[in-house]
Amino acid sequence: MTAHGTDQNGLDALYQEIILDHYKHPHNAGLRDDFEAEVHHVNPTCGDEITLRVHLGEGEGDSRVVADVSYDSLGCSISQASASVLTDLLIGKSIAEAMTIHQEFQTLMQGRGQVDPDEEVLEDGIAFAGVAKFPARVKCALLSWMAWKDATAQALEEKS
Amino acid sequence: MEGLLPELEVIRADFPILERTLAGGLPLVYLDSANTSQKPQVVIDTMVDHLERHNANIARAMHQLGAESTEAFETGRDKVAAFIGAPERDEVIFTKNASEALNLVANTLAWAGEHQVGAGDEIVTTEMEHHSNIVPWQLLAERTGATLRWFGLTDDGRLDLSGIDDLITERTKVVSLTWVSNMLGTINPIAEIARKAHTVGALVVVDASQAAPQLPIDLAAMPVEERPDLLAFTGHKVVGPTGIGVLWGARAVLDALPPFLGGGEMIETVRMEGSTYAGIPHKFEAGTPPIVEAIGLGAAVEYLGHVGMEAIHAHEQAITGYALEGLATVPGLTVLGPLDAASRGGAISFELDGVHPHDIAQVLDSRGVAVRAGHHCAKPAHARFGVQASTRMSSYLYTRPDEIDALIEALEYTRRYFKLG
Repeated sequence: MTAHGTDQNGLDALYQEIILDHYKHPHNAGLRDDFEAEVHHVNPTCGDEITLRVHLGEGEGDSRVVADVSYDSLGCSISQASASVLTDLLIGKSIAEAMTIHQEFQTLMQGRGQVDPDEEVLEDGIAFAGVAKFPARVKCALLSWMAWKDATAQALEEKS
Repeated sequence: MEGLLPELEVIRADFPILERTLAGGLPLVYLDSANTSQKPQVVIDTMVDHLERHNANIARAMHQLGAESTEAFETGRDKVAAFIGAPERDEVIFTKNASEALNLVANTLAWAGEHQVGAGDEIVTTEMEHHSNIVPWQLLAERTGATLRWFGLTDDGRLDLSGIDDLITERTKVVSLTWVSNMLGTINPIAEIARKAHTVGALVVVDASQAAPQLPIDLAAMPVEERPDLLAFTGHKVVGPTGIGVLWGARAVLDALPPFLGGGEMIETVRMEGSTYAGIPHKFEAGTPPIVEAIGLGAAVEYLGHVGMEAIHAHEQAITGYALEGLATVPGLTVLGPLDAASRGGAISFELDGVHPHDIAQVLDSRGVAVRAGHHCAKPAHARFGVQASTRMSSYLYTRPDEIDALIEALEYTRRYFKLG
């Protein structure tokens, strides 16, 4: 998986080709009009920012579908790619499934590099396994995920 | 290269951390001194020696260790006073850091007294300040009903002084600004602004956190109209320890300000009905101070004094000029702030097209080059230039030209790594 030939102190583990691809060509980027909740999250230590909207399908509670996640973000390759991967993974899933994926991703990120990612669940998200070894970058990877969780909670509240 | 410290290798040998290697056996190229400076052996030894041989609380212990500790602490104050040319040694107040020093001023100005700020008054700062010289004044304005105003910046990163007569008026009670910008590197015309502020009777507060490490400061030699009334800096950027900062203030101003924190050591006498307060400096030093840190700071500024602040300034200018030349060769790189070394300090922030500052810093770190990435606690200054974050290199008296070469090489590598051009 090393993208660049020689590995510089784990740099290639951090900057997987998948991450750089998502960074250069983010999926589902931009803010779209259908949404029930919008949040703005920042990483105060570095200034990374994301505005994220969640649109949920009809239904009750956890069985509702994540119909759309749209976003506008400013930040480093890790935070940008992470938002892109998030939308790929969560759009179209039920909230219950999405929360499971969220938990899996968060566990991976906070595992200090000791957690083996489940490719079945995380798909492209496994590329972030290397990020967990760089404590300063974990917050970058989690920014959009925390924003999504917050927005989803607000969207559910609004409906109930 | 002209201007470099003649005994650079001797100086480098004073800083043990410069000998260590990083992951992969790479040598350390430390270009983050505006964030915190490294410490010479003499500072480390002085602090260890105090803890091993002289430790006691100060100013109250009636025993030999107490006397030794008190003397060492107060000698630290003498050394700091000499370092900034303070007219009086008692005008040097020890604080936790520069932020606390600025907050001390901004808080006590809200309370009753000769200099009290109230509704209708104006406080003036600048768009290039560190957050620690913005937020305390915002809080003061909110608490008192005063208005916060600020100098804008020119496109080349200097203070826009064109509106100075509209900005500093009879309503202005305080003008607080940085001497040297931690982001843009700009050296501000303190004397000119102080002169103007004093004509309207405003207090001048100077954040010298980036100036004290690299500019010779001689307060007593400054004409009184051009001299700040209060000046703050932090210990850890002048090769001293963390946990200690300095507020210098003119005696008349400090005497007129009410106490900040109440407690031990800041009193004259205490009765249940009320208390009277000690004179400066103790009036502003409630509680047991950071004793060993003050002693370490004394050793640090004495060390800088021995090397010579004129020589350190010349060294910083030489390295900064060399770095600006090198950075200009990197395609897609834009320096934020003045481009001539003579009018700036040794912190250089820049952007590199197509790579986020975090990613730059990460790749540089993999090559052993330590820089800072982010907003450097100067979000308004970044916003002024339409950028969210930047990468900053900052040199100091121990920086060697080949470390700048290593930075430039690592930036070229970063461009290749992210497949730019």
